[in-house]
Amino acid sequence: MRFLKVLFVLVLCGGLLFGGFLVYAHHAPIETAAPPAADTFDAATIARGAELAAMGNCNSCHTVEGGPALAGGRALETPFGTIHGSNITPDADTGIGRWSKAAFSRAMREGVDRDGNHLYPAFPYDHFTKLSDEDVDALYAYVMTRTPVRAPTPENDLVFPLGFRPLLAGWKLLFFRPGRFAPDNVARDETNHGAYLVEALAHCGACHTPRNTLGAEERSAHFAGGTSDGWIAPALDHKNPAPVPWTQESLARYLRSGFDRHHGAASGPMIEVARNLSRVPEQDVAAMARYVASVMGEPAPERAEKGRALVATLESGRTPVQTTGSSAPGGSAVPDPIYAGACGGCHDAERGAIDALPLSLATAARLESPQNLLHAVLEGVHPRNPKAAALMPSFDGALTDEQIARLADYVRTEIAGEPAWRDVAGTLAKIRKGAASGSGESTK
Amino acid sequence: MITLTVNGRSHEVDADPATPLLYVLRDDLGLHAAKYGCGFGQCGACTVMVDGRAVFSCVTPIAALPGRQIKTVEGLGTIEDPGPMQRGFIEAQAAQCGYCIPGMMMRAQALLEQNPAASEQDIRDHLALNLCRCGTHMRILDAVKRAAALMRSARGPDAGTTVATDGAAR
Amino acid sequence: MSPLPHVVSRRSVVAGTGALVLSFALSRHAFAQQPQEPQNVGEEPRKPIPQPGSLKSAPRLDAWIRVDADGRVTVFTGKAELGQGIKTALLQIAAEQLDVPVGALTLVTADTARTANEGYTAGSHSMQDSGTAILHASAQVRALLVAAAAQRLGVPAEQLRTGDGRISAPDGRSLGYGEVVTAEMLQADAAPQSPLKDPARRTVMGRPVRRVDIPAKVTGGEAYVQDMRLDGMVHGRIVRPPSPGARLRDVDAAAVERLPGVLEVVRNGSFLGVVAEREWPCIQAMRRLAALAQWEGHSDFPDAATIDQTVLKLPSQNTDILNTQHMGTPQGRRFEASFTRPYQMHGSIGPSCAIAHATAEGLTVWTHSQGVYPLRGALAEMLQLAPDKIRCVHVEGSGCYGHNGADDVAADAALLALAVPNRPVRVQWMREDEHRYEPYGPAMVAKLSAVLDQGRIVDWTHDVWSNTHSTRPGAAGNLLAALYLQRPFMPPPPVPLPQPEGGGDRNAIPLYKLPRGRVTHHFIPDMPLRVSALRSLGAYVNVFAIETFMDELAAAAGIDPVTFRLNHLEDSRGRDVITTAAEKFGWSRPRDKRPGTGRGFGFARYKNLGAYTAVALDVTVDRDSGAVRVTRVVAAVDSGDAVNPDGIRNQIEGAILQSTSWTLYEAVGFDRETITSRSWADYPILRFDGVPDPVEVHILDRPGQPFLGTGESGQGPTGAAIANAVADATGVRLRDLPLNRERVRTALGPAPAARAG
Ligand code: FES
Ligand code: FES
Repeated sequence: MRFLKVLFVLVLCGGLLFGGFLVYAHHAPIETAAPPAADTFDAATIARGAELAAMGNCNSCHTVEGGPALAGGRALETPFGTIHGSNITPDADTGIGRWSKAAFSRAMREGVDRDGNHLYPAFPYDHFTKLSDEDVDALYAYVMTRTPVRAPTPENDLVFPLGFRPLLAGWKLLFFRPGRFAPDNVARDETNHGAYLVEALAHCGACHTPRNTLGAEERSAHFAGGTSDGWIAPALDHKNPAPVPWTQESLARYLRSGFDRHHGAASGPMIEVARNLSRVPEQDVAAMARYVASVMGEPAPERAEKGRALVATLESGRTPVQTTGSSAPGGSAVPDPIYAGACGGCHDAERGAIDALPLSLATAARLESPQNLLHAVLEGVHPRNPKAAALMPSFDGALTDEQIARLADYVRTEIAGEPAWRDVAGTLAKIRKGAASGSGESTK
Repeated sequence: MITLTVNGRSHEVDADPATPLLYVLRDDLGLHAAKYGCGFGQCGACTVMVDGRAVFSCVTPIAALPGRQIKTVEGLGTIEDPGPMQRGFIEAQAAQCGYCIPGMMMRAQALLEQNPAASEQDIRDHLALNLCRCGTHMRILDAVKRAAALMRSARGPDAGTTVATDGAAR
Repeated sequence: MSPLPHVVSRRSVVAGTGALVLSFALSRHAFAQQPQEPQNVGEEPRKPIPQPGSLKSAPRLDAWIRVDADGRVTVFTGKAELGQGIKTALLQIAAEQLDVPVGALTLVTADTARTANEGYTAGSHSMQDSGTAILHASAQVRALLVAAAAQRLGVPAEQLRTGDGRISAPDGRSLGYGEVVTAEMLQADAAPQSPLKDPARRTVMGRPVRRVDIPAKVTGGEAYVQDMRLDGMVHGRIVRPPSPGARLRDVDAAAVERLPGVLEVVRNGSFLGVVAEREWPCIQAMRRLAALAQWEGHSDFPDAATIDQTVLKLPSQNTDILNTQHMGTPQGRRFEASFTRPYQMHGSIGPSCAIAHATAEGLTVWTHSQGVYPLRGALAEMLQLAPDKIRCVHVEGSGCYGHNGADDVAADAALLALAVPNRPVRVQWMREDEHRYEPYGPAMVAKLSAVLDQGRIVDWTHDVWSNTHSTRPGAAGNLLAALYLQRPFMPPPPVPLPQPEGGGDRNAIPLYKLPRGRVTHHFIPDMPLRVSALRSLGAYVNVFAIETFMDELAAAAGIDPVTFRLNHLEDSRGRDVITTAAEKFGWSRPRDKRPGTGRGFGFARYKNLGAYTAVALDVTVDRDSGAVRVTRVVAAVDSGDAVNPDGIRNQIEGAILQSTSWTLYEAVGFDRETITSRSWADYPILRFDGVPDPVEVHILDRPGQPFLGTGESGQGPTGAAIANAVADATGVRLRDLPLNRERVRTALGPAPAARAG
């Protein structure tokens, strides 16, 4: 385990610098405050706070699926162990009911809690530090007016010695750059607004930017693609692998509705993001989309052309039907019967029964690893509306691991026309191991 | 020709290997319990068991099934001699139209085979994939709990000697 | 492509049709004076009839009960089993009155060749119509048998006992029913009076008898029309247009006809279907055909987001169904509120299915239609066949809850069957067909106002806007396929269903005692989306409106909502139901009101003529997500003489859960051109995670009283109780259905949550 070695080095360095940085590592507690009365905040500020909280995806760490809002307890698997989202309801004892605005603001901006402890960077203060005062105030107003829930946050379970919080001071020294958002003077206002929302609040980079061995976003590889919860978060820069290049419009549609006909449905951790963004004003999402599109840049002409050609073929509705003897979308003589029977019914363009993405357009089939495709096959794709039926069912149990691996291979090579992935079976086994050791999400 | 093992019996099936199991069960093997409800894996009316797990037969091609154990409601018992799951449903009178019921039974059966002591919450979580439009949910829960109890008592020394309820009005 | 023959002319007859001919003969014999079948009738073919139910239109005893020489007893009903347990309840009635065990009876349900024409199985009328007829016919048949036995045995009838299908004398001699029955005995019309068994002596009625249909359903029996597999049967599928308003411009049918196993592509105008030997290849061929079809045009739907405004703007025919506003001028405070419902779907779990078989003798259709006779009429008109050339046989389908795709798929199957004579053609709709093409329950608006004076309502107005609630067949233009034929049929102009049962105005007149009021039905003939009868018709919306408004008024008056209802209700059975539900719920017990929890009450007498139902329930509301969950339900119901209490309980439980689903989640999605709810991913319904913990149903049995019918009575009270509970939990009143997460979240807003200390 390379990162453990590095950790060891860090601990050594940490030891050497101990005296020096203990000073830095120490922060004074901020006085407790009486929970603010409900009428402290005006409705408009709370309302904006709600929207900001949705854009900031607070619930994706601080709310257990189906549990009380913002009451914490959600387990986040990181390469360094399990961290639990804390209770940020205004409960006086187990939440942040006694946090003054100053304490809240320091946590957001500097990653230090009210008692003066460093917070783990799983809480993205490296992004939130860029927030404006006004927005921090609105978030405070929103959070402090939620229903208080008594729920102690479970202990984290981290690899030694990361349980020792002062070490985080070292991490911060190396990687954390406090400071407000600086607008780009050349870009349009809307782009800047989008950049602010994306970088300061939505922290898209937390998943879509690769992290170094110490878990910090690699600044030099901004939006070059990362991971989240065992899923690949595809690159959002010019290397974005979507067969049909994204546009500002398609991004906006996808972000707000969780679906775009040329890119499919949000899946994995992105589902919750889209669910949250469905609650925020359209202009904000449009601005985010504009900024992300500007980072992606104009697609190369041949990529754009390829995308257009793909869409045109599909929309002509002339793909041959999937019966034995005719040809598969990717051109092999006989389509894989498992593909045809399990996937074709929805994914073949001409079927049109439901809005399933033709897999020739699927980003998951173009990524460097089959992870996302395998996740989708194993877990299915569940929709934005938690009451609705799955967009795609789980095939776990219906297909054996060997069949799933073969299917992934077929989709990759025959439908996407990409060179075969290496070790699909191994990746699948790893995903299964992760699921087994994880929270045991069995039947849902 | 594809060989399928359904309820312990093997069948030679002459059909396109891409054919979803549902159609082969109903049209070729004369096993009607599994129903077509959506064909998208969204409603569970077609649920059967494969190797002990509940699967949607409407999206499971027979090409994936040689050498695997398929179980349907017909494998749980007969009208003359219903098995514990079936008796649970008859005793609880857990059907209105009943169209969703076979799928419910198979998903519940898979759960109870894996976890005979499943709690009510387990049952609810597990069955959440199956839809019932008539609103028979309360009785389905009751039926599955009864079935679990019947299975537990059947594992006792004189398993299987309980007289089957005929279900006829009497 | 094959042209659609108007008359079947092929001569060959496959095995199995002999029975059909025989049955035709039987039917002519048994129903010589059958009434004219209703043509394009409304939801209910006639005004409510006092007892003896359907005997009025089919008075002959042998229309209901037949006793064979070998003693076998057959019961006939023109009603259909829809999953409501009607078979069992009717058998219980016959068994009780005839003194024959339920297990020894055979029941024949709706079949144009064999049973009386009882119109539709709808409106919770089965027990009132058929149950009543069978009750009286059975009692009379028993009396006739006993009288004949008395003569044979030389013993006065009063001394004879019946049991187990036999008649016995005090001296031990006995005769079986088969021994005393004569050919003519049951050919008589029913007498006006029936010797009904004293309710106190009942052994079968009023008992929770197990449903006769369940064992087959849980063991893989051939329980549904979807399961029927006839000899030589082939499969058909229809290609529906991408938008209901689209017309087929062109299709390369030959390309599909060349596919292996495909027998025929049927095109008639914009009606497009395919027949294949086997089911899966048929579906594949249908998909291929769909990809090749070129359509033009589309529907011009209104904006879904403002559908209530559209409903209010469409021209309407206005009828005051109640007006007592000439009585004085009310003093007091006036309150107003307006309520809306979107289009909602039946959403059967099993898509609609039918099998049709065309032979030289005629056309037989196995169908789960709710009205075999009206369907026969519509098919006859569409196909230009004489009605007696068509036989419609009811076979169970998946629960329909009103007029769903059952009749439409029967028409589809008939059209395909005529193209491949002598092969039974089974057509089942795909899920997306069912979602997009079933006739929905109409979008509606209700506006209420009331004047409150010293805790009492002194004036009341109720305006309700709605499309028709029945476009059921009877006429060809009410069959989906007929709208797309080369020579299309026009849907007959929609008509409002008359009071007292009503359609959009069903239950619009409150049962409460109000000194002064006006209730107006604004009937809208224009139908932006195709609509028809959905369980309880307008009663769901009207009861939702009345019962939530009652709560608002109670709150304004500072009176407990249950007390407030009782203060305005004289009907003693209604009062009993309300008090029972409240008591069993523990309404008056002190409660610990935690934030985010609330309770609500709702009551109605269905149609003001049927069953009384009161529902009390608890909810939790999650402020952040807007999710509402019903956690506990207690209901009380009086449906008159409770033949099968467990059956009634089952029906009410189902109604409560289905109404919960309507109320919390359901709205048909559409854009300006087409329906966007195409699968369960676009039309969420209740699933196990939203199901309450307990649901308790208390039955107030009234032995000897008329049957009131139960199936639809729970919809309105449940919806109202939920909205009332949400208001109790949050302090915010939601009047637009459904109360889904988004609505609740938006209505509550991010304003400060109530803080406990
Ligand atoms: S029919 Fe298979 S899940 Fe609905
Ligand atoms: S009983 Fe009818 S769908 Fe479940």
